[in-house]
Amino acid sequence: MKSEARLLLVVSLFGAAIGALFWAVGLNPVYATITSGGTIMLGAVCLLGLLPGYYYHWWSRRMTPRAEDDPEATPESGAGVIGVFPGSSIWPFVLGLSALLVCLSLVFGFWTAIFGFSLALAAVVGVILESRRGGAI
Amino acid sequence: MTLLVERPGVVEEPGGPEHDHGPTGLLKWVTSTDHKVIGKSYLITSLVFFVLAGVMAVLMRTQLASPDNTVVSQHTYNELFTMHGSLMLYLFAGPFAFGGIANYIVPLQVGAPDMAFPRLNALSYWLYLGGGLTMIGGFLTVGGAADFGWVAYAPLSNAVNSPGAGPDMWIVSLILTGFSAIFTGVNICATVFYLRAPGMTMFRVPIFTWNMVVTGILILIAFPVLTAAMVMLWADRHLGTHIYTVSGGGVPVLWQNLFWFFGHPEVYILALPYFGMVTEIFPVFSRKPVFGYRGMVFATITIGALSTSVWAHHMFTTGVVLLPFFSLMSYLIAVPTGIKFFNWIGTMWRGSLKFDTPMLFSVGFLVVFLFGGVTGVFLASPPIDFATHDTYFVVAHFHEVLFGSAVFGGFAGLYYWYPKMFGRMLRESLGKASFWFMFVGFWVTFLPQYLLGLHGMPRRIAEYSASTGWTSLNRVSTVGAYLLFIAVAIMIVNVYVSWRRPIQASGNPWDGHTLEWATSSPPPHHNFYRLPPVRSERPLWDFNHPEHTTRKHEDLLAAEGKRGRRHAPGAHAGTDGGPADR
Amino acid sequence: MRRGRVALALLGGALVLGGCKAPTFGAFRGATTQGRDEFKLWVGFVIAGLAVAAIVWGLIFWTVIRHRRRGSDAIPRQFHENVPLEIVYTALPFVIVLVLFYFTVITENRIDAVASTPSEVVHVLGFRWGWSFTYDSSDGRSQGVQIATAAQPTALAQAATSAQYPQLVLPVGETTRVVLTSADVIHGFYVPAFNFSRYAQPGVVNRFDFTPTTIGVFRGQCSQYCGLYHSEMLFSVKVVSRADFTHWLAAQQASQARSGSGATT
Repeated sequence: MKSEARLLLVVSLFGAAIGALFWAVGLNPVYATITSGGTIMLGAVCLLGLLPGYYYHWWSRRMTPRAEDDPEATPESGAGVIGVFPGSSIWPFVLGLSALLVCLSLVFGFWTAIFGFSLALAAVVGVILESRRGGAI
Repeated sequence: MTLLVERPGVVEEPGGPEHDHGPTGLLKWVTSTDHKVIGKSYLITSLVFFVLAGVMAVLMRTQLASPDNTVVSQHTYNELFTMHGSLMLYLFAGPFAFGGIANYIVPLQVGAPDMAFPRLNALSYWLYLGGGLTMIGGFLTVGGAADFGWVAYAPLSNAVNSPGAGPDMWIVSLILTGFSAIFTGVNICATVFYLRAPGMTMFRVPIFTWNMVVTGILILIAFPVLTAAMVMLWADRHLGTHIYTVSGGGVPVLWQNLFWFFGHPEVYILALPYFGMVTEIFPVFSRKPVFGYRGMVFATITIGALSTSVWAHHMFTTGVVLLPFFSLMSYLIAVPTGIKFFNWIGTMWRGSLKFDTPMLFSVGFLVVFLFGGVTGVFLASPPIDFATHDTYFVVAHFHEVLFGSAVFGGFAGLYYWYPKMFGRMLRESLGKASFWFMFVGFWVTFLPQYLLGLHGMPRRIAEYSASTGWTSLNRVSTVGAYLLFIAVAIMIVNVYVSWRRPIQASGNPWDGHTLEWATSSPPPHHNFYRLPPVRSERPLWDFNHPEHTTRKHEDLLAAEGKRGRRHAPGAHAGTDGGPADR
Repeated sequence: MRRGRVALALLGGALVLGGCKAPTFGAFRGATTQGRDEFKLWVGFVIAGLAVAAIVWGLIFWTVIRHRRRGSDAIPRQFHENVPLEIVYTALPFVIVLVLFYFTVITENRIDAVASTPSEVVHVLGFRWGWSFTYDSSDGRSQGVQIATAAQPTALAQAATSAQYPQLVLPVGETTRVVLTSADVIHGFYVPAFNFSRYAQPGVVNRFDFTPTTIGVFRGQCSQYCGLYHSEMLFSVKVVSRADFTHWLAAQQASQARSGSGATT
């Protein structure tokens, strides 16, 4: 996990460094320009890399080594259950449709949002039950 | 039905774990969470948008072929260029790359059974489809589709200057497709971080997958800013806020700052996947490894990082941005792009080059993108930008880079991976014909446009007077556009022919190097019955051509004190034990 | 071989006959000092760009032709990196762009420099879909003269010099300050022959100088998309001698005093 951590921390470092540089250059009164927007956005880039990056950095020292981080690993060493991959499910479609209806209410009025939120509720309930039960509803 | 997926440690019988009688027909498609099905859905949908946007372009070029032309009205023309840009950038180039090709290929390249979050993947597609239909739906409204350009500058895009439902549908469509992209970005990063095959360290991941990881991170950086800007625009239009209007104390330039903070990473989000695609094709058709793998990774990360710090080079003529800062950052991006170029050439150098259609389109990409990149460096200079901003010079530049990557690169990827996805080959003859029409058509369309820009023709104008003297260059450009249209038509015919009279594709028709070729075409449910050992970025090449493994591998063997020839695993494929088997 | 020599001779002859001027590579030479500075930078960039393109295209075409697979299925030598070479082609472009940046900053500072006492000041206002030019000078000579677009454009675009579009008149050899803003949306004040454009934005006032070097009439057009009649938002710039300028100004002041209005085209 170390490479992934490093990648994200580099992004974070870059955001901080360039954000600081941008802010500092913008202080020069020669430039009649507002730099608060850019500084905040670059600061946000720093945070975006920092959160997962530092987590991976912290976790990579504590986790059990994974087969994919081991350059000598063989196909056997990665054998076994890798994870849960939900098969066919209607709920992504329902949730997508609900998002469409909710967003269209921004154009056509709140009434489509009523349908949208109802479908969204159905989708959330459906996905939770599907995940717990391990099967389609 | 949910399956707990096991990675096979031993050779398995084809057929794998038993499957329930799942849904069939339309319901099967609607409920599918298989990245291969979703990837193909994205491909087909995005290509439909591509053709629609292409028709719009042909209409625009027809209008501009003569001065004072009335093929379309000014209003219609304004809708056309807005929707052409929006469809191409938001609904074709991005979704084709990360929703279509990457969705299908990245799990295969890392040896995973599916994307990390299959249902989220499906949701991404439905959001994209809904968003796309909404954007096109703008044409059906009374006032017509959005007509403020794909960039929707404030105050032009506010309720006073652009009233009606069409712009609102455009805004809504971007909110939906924005979330679609964000979820795909999360999915790609999670898949590559968590689901790689044993032995596939990050620095053995294929370059296409590396590019998709950086693209994923860029998506997470850029799209939320777009969504926020859109929500604020909607609020200005409907809730009486004054975020972007001067009268209420707002700042119109804020729109540009927010939009381009998204907009510039966006063009790299669009370009990097296609860079990755050609980086897969060059090694295979040169029968050599990627030249400078680590340099490529470094360059990709640098491009991604720098792309977040150049946004105001789109705003040089506003008079309110830090010119030297953004100019320098924009120049610097040329350096890692140059590294990539030299590495691509180095991959081909002294190789054994075979110019099948994917390779033709990849070389075409190189030739076209180079010129576009050089003119991009010109535009990074504010004085030159003052003279060329918002003219056809810029139009020619960005078409060279975007068309070069998304269309030349995209067609290269399509021809390369079509056999894997659909189990059949596309015809070489039609592919080559398509390429030459596209290559010639491209230069005929866009080279005159550089000159038109230098002669003072602004962009986004519906018509011009004969006294400008721009007619002949415009005519030439229009002829080129028709050639491009023919090129795309030939490609569609090629796809059609491959369905009516298919040529079966084997698992590895191109002698590919990476894991997606280590399974059947198309791959079975959950992708792999067995995986070869991964000891470099070319696990399948190492497996198939053990006498020609890369030097890294030989170093590895030498380090273990086992110099000399490596024996092919043969019948023990997949059951490679430890060092003793080598 | 002979054909090559003939072509070369023709090219040389064309250059001689054409007056042996340095190529413009399609751009305007610039009718202001600022425009000329930009043109010089442009020529330098084009030469550098063509050189880079020639080298890289050359490498691409060389390998594409030279290293084609010829018949046999031989697998070539599998080299995968050359770190010293990679460092060279990282460092060299880096140096090149720094040089480009250096010349850029010098030119940029010259173009954006504003004189402390310009001889004329013109307030340019962009609006949907026309322009108004209001002259203004400290000594009252051109106070209040205003030229503006006559009416909303409805016809298709005509020549920029035709009567319905406003004409900005400038004295040659002197520095005119332009004070630019917009009444509504963002417009682009673009004069191709001056190699210059700048946004007119609501709430923002942009100031820049024109120092024309050539007498003549030059077209101008809105470059930033501003809505339905963006294509028809034209104007022209006429550069005249100081004497002619003074005459013109006096005539404008007289006629605007008579008609009582500020706008005339």
